[in-house]
Amino acid sequence: MRYGRSVLMTTCVALALIVSGISAPVCWSEEPYKIGGIFSITGRTSFLGDPEKRSLEMVVDDINKKGGIDGHKLEAVIYDSEGDPTKAVLAANKLISKDGVLAVIGPSLTPTTLAIVPIFEKAKIPLISCAAGIKITEPVKPYVFKTAQSDVLAVKTVYNYMKSKNIKKVGILSVENAFGESGKEQLLKQAPDFGIEVVQSETFGAKDTDMTPQLTKIRSVKPDAIVCWGTNPGPAVVAKNVKQMNLDIPLYQSHGVASPKFIELAGEAANGNLLPTGKILVAQQLPDSDPQKQVLLDYISQFEKLNNMPVSGFGGYAYDAMHILAKALEGSGGDREKIREGIEKVSGYTGVTGTFNFTPEDHNGLGSDAFVMVEIENGKWKLLGE
Amino acid sequence: MQELLQYFFSGITNGAIYAIIALGFSMLYNATGLINFAQGEFVMLGALGLITFWRGLQLPLPIAFICSVAGVSIVGLLLERLAIRSVRKPHPIVLIIITVGASILLRGVGMLEWGKDAYSAPSFSRHSSFELAGATLLPQTLWILGSLLLIVIGLQFFYKRTLTGKAMQACAISKRAASLLGIPSERMVLLAFALSAAMGGVGGILIAPITMSSYDMGTMLGLKGFCAAMLGGLGSSWGSIVGGLVLGILEAFGVGFVSSSLKDAIAFILLLLILYVRPAGIFGVKAVQRF
Repeated sequence: MRYGRSVLMTTCVALALIVSGISAPVCWSEEPYKIGGIFSITGRTSFLGDPEKRSLEMVVDDINKKGGIDGHKLEAVIYDSEGDPTKAVLAANKLISKDGVLAVIGPSLTPTTLAIVPIFEKAKIPLISCAAGIKITEPVKPYVFKTAQSDVLAVKTVYNYMKSKNIKKVGILSVENAFGESGKEQLLKQAPDFGIEVVQSETFGAKDTDMTPQLTKIRSVKPDAIVCWGTNPGPAVVAKNVKQMNLDIPLYQSHGVASPKFIELAGEAANGNLLPTGKILVAQQLPDSDPQKQVLLDYISQFEKLNNMPVSGFGGYAYDAMHILAKALEGSGGDREKIREGIEKVSGYTGVTGTFNFTPEDHNGLGSDAFVMVEIENGKWKLLGE
Repeated sequence: MQELLQYFFSGITNGAIYAIIALGFSMLYNATGLINFAQGEFVMLGALGLITFWRGLQLPLPIAFICSVAGVSIVGLLLERLAIRSVRKPHPIVLIIITVGASILLRGVGMLEWGKDAYSAPSFSRHSSFELAGATLLPQTLWILGSLLLIVIGLQFFYKRTLTGKAMQACAISKRAASLLGIPSERMVLLAFALSAAMGGVGGILIAPITMSSYDMGTMLGLKGFCAAMLGGLGSSWGSIVGGLVLGILEAFGVGFVSSSLKDAIAFILLLLILYVRPAGIFGVKAVQRF
């Protein structure tokens, strides 16, 4: 039986090869351009890496169908880091020495990215990370770029909105991990710029079951708003606790919970929560004048049709990275230094995540228009005006 | 004052959960002299079991409750039958390490069965929170305290008034003497495993509506329950309850008056203190046997 199946498999693979060989529409005159990808395709953070891999492959197919770049076919070599920095380093070395790639997209996480940054700096190969950590591009490293919004922008968006609502005093509740620490740092740092005072800052463990004591402490200093900075499931507990304690203080969440999972976990308690998020969650509600609207709708319909799964905002990081890289590859002739310079010159590119304007000083290129504020209303995202 | 009361409510809610988990530790220790480090995983199984039966299969709450408790007890039975009893040299340290292994296994099974996502369950009763002198009390807290009380009364009745309960205590004092008297000691151990697993399951079911349940929720809860059991005195039911409540309240006050980053440290500082000052715990009479 087992033997029979393997024969069947081999036949299938052989057939697939033959069919694909026949149907290849373009005859490639030039050597292919090899692009590397490192994503957390499996493991705890597969919700990031899996859509990223699918999006990257989608763009590569698109470009090849249109005749590639300057007659060169694109070829993506993708490895799975499983979210493990050690495996990311192995994958990076393999891509550089064995596959000889021109540039690499990924990894999905800040720790995995930081682990491989020195390798790319040394090998002088451009890397476009899909991770959010501010440390990746600050200070600027010549060969390292990223497409994900950093929490600096998220905090800016929240505070901007608060300013318009005349909020002066906030209480912070952040999770005890890298995401929460970094968010808290930004919240404390940027508050004075917006005339906001942080009156109380509390933390909670990622697995804590009850945040009532922290909220009680925050309530006692009477802030105008509470900001909770964390990733699921903690913020959902906070939302529930706020509801249970009948707190009459608006609750702001971070972009870390901008997924349907949060609404599912917090249930009714999610209603009325405000948070910054990439525009993909509210693409339909964007005004037609928004240049990103069409890009987003195209991406969503293409992704969902191809993969038969709901779209997430994370795949967009790889989608944008590949488009940016494609722009830089044009006319580079496969020269890595020219590709690097090309990325720095990409400006006005409207992607899924936002509008990118790279400069030699800014290797993220996003402005604060990459985030919008949304409110959860009856279990749905509602776009809030400026 | 208002804050004080709020910390207290939060403390007894968590404390009562710790107490129920500690009761599971104590019960098994009483009957077998073992500490079962998979106790926290029984809590996880109880919580996720409830979510499957109640939310997933849409069974009425009491039936879902019974189904998940029964399910967890069966896992406890299997653990004893397959992993504990078959050990050739049942030295306590070997058995304890087996329970550590079992906890890792159960966590893995939980991850495969329910995935890595967290789940939430609604409160048992749809009543909104009570206001009490400016502090809010959740209906679920009353459910938890009520269940704790019922469990304690039930246990007292079981140990003091039923032949099985007395036989179980006899086994704990001396397994050999008990079997000489005709008590089926192996069956008693099996029963103790099932009951303590059920206790963990009940803890998980009660906590599911106030928090998020996921495959890895059990570890910390198990450790906190263990701290509570040690604090009160392993083997003592009242000790477990006092230990659990004291731990929960101290945690809440620690967060409120010192710092929220100290929360988990408090349990372990207490554990160290009690091991130095009074190794038998607050209510423990005999010295804890060290392996």
